[in-house]
Amino acid sequence: MRKGLLALVAVAAFVATSALIYADPLADAYAGKFKGTTVTMNGPFTDNDAVKFNESVKAFEQATGINIQYEGSKEFEASISIRIDGGNPPDIVDFPQPGLLRNFVKAGKVIDLSKVLDMKKVRANYIQSWLDMGTMEGPKGPIMAGIWARVNVKGVVWYNKKAFDAAGYKVPTTWKELIALQNQIKNDGDTPWAIGIESGAATGWTATDWTEQMMLRTTSLQNYDRWVAGKLKFESPEVRKAIQMWSDIWFGKGNVYGGRQAIATTSFGDAPKVLFDHPPKAWLNDQGNFVTTFFPDGLQPGVDYDFFQLPEVSSRYGAPVEVGGDIYAMFNDRPEVRAVMQYFTSAESLKTWVQSGGALAPQKDAQLDWYTNPVDRRLGELLKDAKAVRFDGSDQMPGQVGAGSFWKEMTAYVAGTHTLDQALKNIDASWPK
Amino acid sequence: MARQRRVLKTIGFIVLLGLTAIFLYGGFAFLKNFGGSKLVATALAIVWGLGSVALLYFVLNRMAESLPRRARALAVPLVFAGPALLILTWFLVLPTLRTLWLSFFDETSMHFVGLRNYAFAFTNRIMLDAFRNNLLWVVFGTLACVGMGLVIAVLADRSRGEKVYKAIIFMPMAISFVGAGVIWMFMYSYKGVGSGIQQIGLLNAVVVALGGKPQAWLLLPVWNNFLLIAIMVWLQTGFAMVILSSAIKAIPGEMLEAARIDGATEFQIFFRIIIPAIQGSLVTVTTTIVIFSLKLFDIVRVMTGGNYGTNVIANEFYMEQFTYGQTGRASAIAIVLLVAVVPIMIYNLRQFAERRAFK
Repeated sequence: MRKGLLALVAVAAFVATSALIYADPLADAYAGKFKGTTVTMNGPFTDNDAVKFNESVKAFEQATGINIQYEGSKEFEASISIRIDGGNPPDIVDFPQPGLLRNFVKAGKVIDLSKVLDMKKVRANYIQSWLDMGTMEGPKGPIMAGIWARVNVKGVVWYNKKAFDAAGYKVPTTWKELIALQNQIKNDGDTPWAIGIESGAATGWTATDWTEQMMLRTTSLQNYDRWVAGKLKFESPEVRKAIQMWSDIWFGKGNVYGGRQAIATTSFGDAPKVLFDHPPKAWLNDQGNFVTTFFPDGLQPGVDYDFFQLPEVSSRYGAPVEVGGDIYAMFNDRPEVRAVMQYFTSAESLKTWVQSGGALAPQKDAQLDWYTNPVDRRLGELLKDAKAVRFDGSDQMPGQVGAGSFWKEMTAYVAGTHTLDQALKNIDASWPK
Repeated sequence: MARQRRVLKTIGFIVLLGLTAIFLYGGFAFLKNFGGSKLVATALAIVWGLGSVALLYFVLNRMAESLPRRARALAVPLVFAGPALLILTWFLVLPTLRTLWLSFFDETSMHFVGLRNYAFAFTNRIMLDAFRNNLLWVVFGTLACVGMGLVIAVLADRSRGEKVYKAIIFMPMAISFVGAGVIWMFMYSYKGVGSGIQQIGLLNAVVVALGGKPQAWLLLPVWNNFLLIAIMVWLQTGFAMVILSSAIKAIPGEMLEAARIDGATEFQIFFRIIIPAIQGSLVTVTTTIVIFSLKLFDIVRVMTGGNYGTNVIANEFYMEQFTYGQTGRASAIAIVLLVAVVPIMIYNLRQFAERRAFK
């Protein structure tokens, strides 16, 4: 009798544990088990980006009955700390900077995804670099802190293809050719570049992007990594040279639409609009691929606009691809939140965004034919075929630098408030010891 | 017999207090878990919120009033001021003490670092710039606000379109600082130089019409501070004007008539009679605007984000706390700001007390 009872208990325990191990929140969600629940999300998407995000999760919301509430804010970096430190975090947080997520992981506030997601599926769907970049040091050791959603490629120069071809300009493949093109445009009486760095409290990040792109093209990958980790100082000759190369373009007479003073007052989304005036008021805009969301409506990708990679400076360093992206982290553990996180690890969650343009999916199960426009398809291929890929440097630096002094000092340098020496010294001084 | 009644009364009050507490807490718990329509929840919350406060005051007041006379003199004010004092202590005094405590620790708030954060606040280059800028705001902002408010109050006092002029000057007070930032963004807008570029900023349009070159106003070193101060003056002059205007109207007309009969010029009347008579209001307005410009944040944040040499103390401690996560430094800066404001407040309060005594 007692043996029978023991056996019964053992079987019950086994069934219960297997139920826990094999529980599939995502399957439950599609079966409608979480109908009427709400999953809250916070992130930096506003305006066009927010519209596209909501579109991309609509099908999932309708199929499962879960309401995903995304709250976007231009002051995201500041307001998210308040919520998390205040003990009232949203369920999922979308970080455009892994550096910021790292702080919260260190404080032990982030849920280890390897314990709540089906890791077999996740590992099969991302290449190792993305998984490595999502692993961060927690108080008890490294944890899987987040999964990558929308990613973007930086270091690509956009141009008005129709006007470009009509004017007889050729796409440059080396730095020398780029400067020659610049001079050719100037000789024709036009302004080559459209550049804007204004972005509210984040003003200056475009300048940091140019710095990272020049670093990747003028020095070794090891130096880039050392610089991002704080071991190579900003005052070093390598970083100085990288900044000088872009400031020669930005500050050169007649190079930028509106002149040097307009750079700090023009928002990054407004800057490329003049490329598409009739006739174009400027010809080149270097920006991440998300900028296509800000182009005027009705333009045909591949016909009206196209891109070329910012060319290499020397074949020794080539042109490594600089990427950025949004990483989603989980703060509250509930079954419906698990289901939504699992959904975000599949490319399906980005499908409509990819199809409407302006987003690239890092997941392996993203089909190249989703890229309805040839430009995005070429970007996807660029990502896949890249010999070397590096994440946006300033996004990986600690908050005081990556979201603070680097942005501010570059803005001050461009506006003429600080000299380059002052700016570099200040950034180095602000690095936390 | 009286003793029995007192005991019954005490028990009655204790029961009543208990019921109030149950109503307060119970209502809160009920509303927290209320799953129905948001509209119904809002209506219930309003009823519960107002009702529970009224009930609390009613019960406490009854208790205080039923006490013997000597205790009553103490109890009734305590009952009325008590809850407000408690709330102030919880939300104001305790956080201030905690900020003071945190200012002696590092950014993790776990290691004591003594006065290192204060050394940072007084020697860091960014902070020194912020102090300098705040000084500009205090001096020029206050002078302009109070000066213009006074002049307009005096000039409008006996004029025909008085109500209209006052309304126009006062209207900007209704606009939030962020809203004002957006408006003035367009005033100072700069679109760059080049062929075919049109300036959309009002200031640049005026400058170009007068034959000058358009400027990136918010990028101009030193001058951009004054342009931002202009926004605060636009917003706050109405406040100064209204208070000073009512003070001027309180001056007895006979005094001014007598002065005029004696042959005093308007300037003499202004400096010798009006200004001394409204001294109390002048001090109030000046100290309010000084405190205001010391803690100014929104205008700078919205217009320039603290860039181009316009940073102010409040913006810097916001960035230190929320963007850089440096709790210790931010707390130290906040305490420095508090210490700067306290003498002004003490002066203001003392003036206030003196005037009451004078009456």
